[in-house]
Amino acid sequence: MKKTLLSATIGAAVLGLGSAASAATLDDVKAKDFVQCVVNTGLAGFAAPDASGSWTGFDVDYCRAVAAAIFNDPSKVKFTPTTAQTRFTALQSGEGDVLFRNTTWTISRDTALGFNFRTVNYYDGQGFMVPNALNVKSALELSGAAVCVQSGTTTELNLADYFKANNLDYQPVVFEKLEEVNAAYQAGRCDVYTTDQSGLYSLRLSLSNPDDHTILPEIISKEPLGPATRQGDDQWFDIVSWTHFALVQAEEFGITQANVDEMKNSENPDIRRFLGVEADTKIGTDLGLTNDWAYNIIKHVGNYGEVFERNIGKSTPLEIERGLNALWTKGGLQYAPPIR
Amino acid sequence: MNTRKIGFVRTELLPAQPAPEHAGSATRWIRANLLATPKDIILTLVAMALLLYTVPGMLNWLFFDAVWTGADREACLTVAQGGAKPDGWNGACWAFVGDRFQQFMFGRYPLEERWRPILVALMFIGLLTPIMIPRLPFKGWNALALFVIFPVVAFFLLHGGSFGLEQVETPLWGGLMVTLILSFVGIAVSLPVGILLALGRQSNLPVIRISCITFIEVVRGVPLITVLFMANVMLPLFLPTGWTIDNFLRALVGVALFASAYMAEVVRGGLQAIPKGQYEGADSLGLGYWQKTRLIIMPQALKLVIPGIVNTFIGLFKDTSLVSIIGMFDLLGIVRLNFTDTTWITPVTPITGLIFAGFLFWLFCFGMSRYSAFMESHLETGHKR
Repeated sequence: MKKTLLSATIGAAVLGLGSAASAATLDDVKAKDFVQCVVNTGLAGFAAPDASGSWTGFDVDYCRAVAAAIFNDPSKVKFTPTTAQTRFTALQSGEGDVLFRNTTWTISRDTALGFNFRTVNYYDGQGFMVPNALNVKSALELSGAAVCVQSGTTTELNLADYFKANNLDYQPVVFEKLEEVNAAYQAGRCDVYTTDQSGLYSLRLSLSNPDDHTILPEIISKEPLGPATRQGDDQWFDIVSWTHFALVQAEEFGITQANVDEMKNSENPDIRRFLGVEADTKIGTDLGLTNDWAYNIIKHVGNYGEVFERNIGKSTPLEIERGLNALWTKGGLQYAPPIR
Repeated sequence: MNTRKIGFVRTELLPAQPAPEHAGSATRWIRANLLATPKDIILTLVAMALLLYTVPGMLNWLFFDAVWTGADREACLTVAQGGAKPDGWNGACWAFVGDRFQQFMFGRYPLEERWRPILVALMFIGLLTPIMIPRLPFKGWNALALFVIFPVVAFFLLHGGSFGLEQVETPLWGGLMVTLILSFVGIAVSLPVGILLALGRQSNLPVIRISCITFIEVVRGVPLITVLFMANVMLPLFLPTGWTIDNFLRALVGVALFASAYMAEVVRGGLQAIPKGQYEGADSLGLGYWQKTRLIIMPQALKLVIPGIVNTFIGLFKDTSLVSIIGMFDLLGIVRLNFTDTTWITPVTPITGLIFAGFLFWLFCFGMSRYSAFMESHLETGHKR
């Protein structure tokens, strides 16, 4: 999501030094008996501690899903909380096995920084929020507006591109810390607030009159957020990728945490193969796991829709719509390749 | 007859009278201190107006309008925001601090193991209190217990993994506990190391002098945040595969080295303020280098620089909050982390949390500062100018 020059520089330096991690991450993970996930230091709905201090959130559930696939135990996880600047070095230096930190998949991160991306677990995009009082219905009416934005992020660059492309004037009001941007917007120092849409929803909760603010329909950038692994370990990369696909496929099959045991008796060969009950299936063992890997994921974590609803969906204070993250059968972009 | 005639001798005491009305009374104090000149009157009025303008609002916000109990964000939201408070309400959300108090103290330390940090805290208080009261005996043993035995015991208690205690890894530590551990280690290491570095810097042996100067100048020339960042993200890349050094340990070492370099310069200031005659006097008594330093020079030098030493301690205490950039949660870090929890996101949560963290920081820093003032007056030997 956020990309700073600093992280890119450090990442490049890291690449020069070579990878500190050994090739077979799965063997390491099995040997130490837990999965170490690099997560956000705190982002509402994605990774945040609950009252007892254990981590919860969308990204955190993905980490637990990987642990469930490998160990049949979602509690065999440890978390490395990182800032936007330290996340890539943490993964590169082996401080974590996989990065689940609302990170945008870009070509430079996939190539020059030395990571692998394949799946998108949350389609995000940069949006705008305005007070209702301005009576603005579209971002194209924002000519001459003062826009609050966080410095050093892709957000800032996207903003400049968008206004330039549409021939609009604007006045950026730039702050370094997210809290400062929030405070400035609330104090009325700018007319518009821009950041990723998921962030806008959580910001709206902290405004004194949430209903007085509208999130405009335009999305001006693509921010596909997904897990990343180190290059050079295809097996581990496959496990992380197919964990996501299994979550999505389960929702498509209609398999939930509640009915997964019944579904084992399903007549549908696709479902039987997916849950590892078909006699000659080798899907799990080919991944380096057991054949009930997908069953374990769904049993412990639920399907993609359940993970989404539990952490960021309509029933949570964030109230994020499925939108682009709906299944492809329901007009969204979440699509899993065939599991066979 | 040569009798001296005595003019007058009072035979009984005069009855006690009240003090003159305008001496010592509140009115007199007010007239002398607040209303002495027209300029004073104006300043007093302006100050009163400012206080009247700010204090009632502040008290209302902090106490009278504040929410003290509640289970989630709805307790601190107005009707328009989806809560229970009347519209236009604004006040502190202490319910948030109450709900998360344990986490602010211990971070994510497992619930059922929290007696361990509490026990460590009690031991710390039990050892620190006697060492801070000058007239109590056995200072040497007390110091040994506090600075040598206590850290070892505390380590085994907090970290566990032996003696039948469950292991609690450092990423789970957090909150005030981490702030205090970092500060205690920083303070306990930096004073002796700082003294040695300061002495080394004035040494006649070139190797020692140059290495001390290099260390001090390099560390002082780099921001603490850089040291922490390097220790956190770059160090693992230089270590052989499979080697890991605990993140918390890295931060501890970074903070301790950093404080030592600053302490060395403070102590050097004290050493330079000692007149040459003191060194010569010690030499003429036939004292060796270490005797001279320990008995004559250091007691005077350290006394002179108590304000500087405590200044460094207070700075160190506050600097520990920088560890939150390397993904560790000290008091401030854990408070800020909880702002993102959807259970408690409200417009007033962040400011309440920050006031709480600020108050705790102030409490500790003010305590240190008052204690240093006490030590200064206790050690005063009439050299004050």
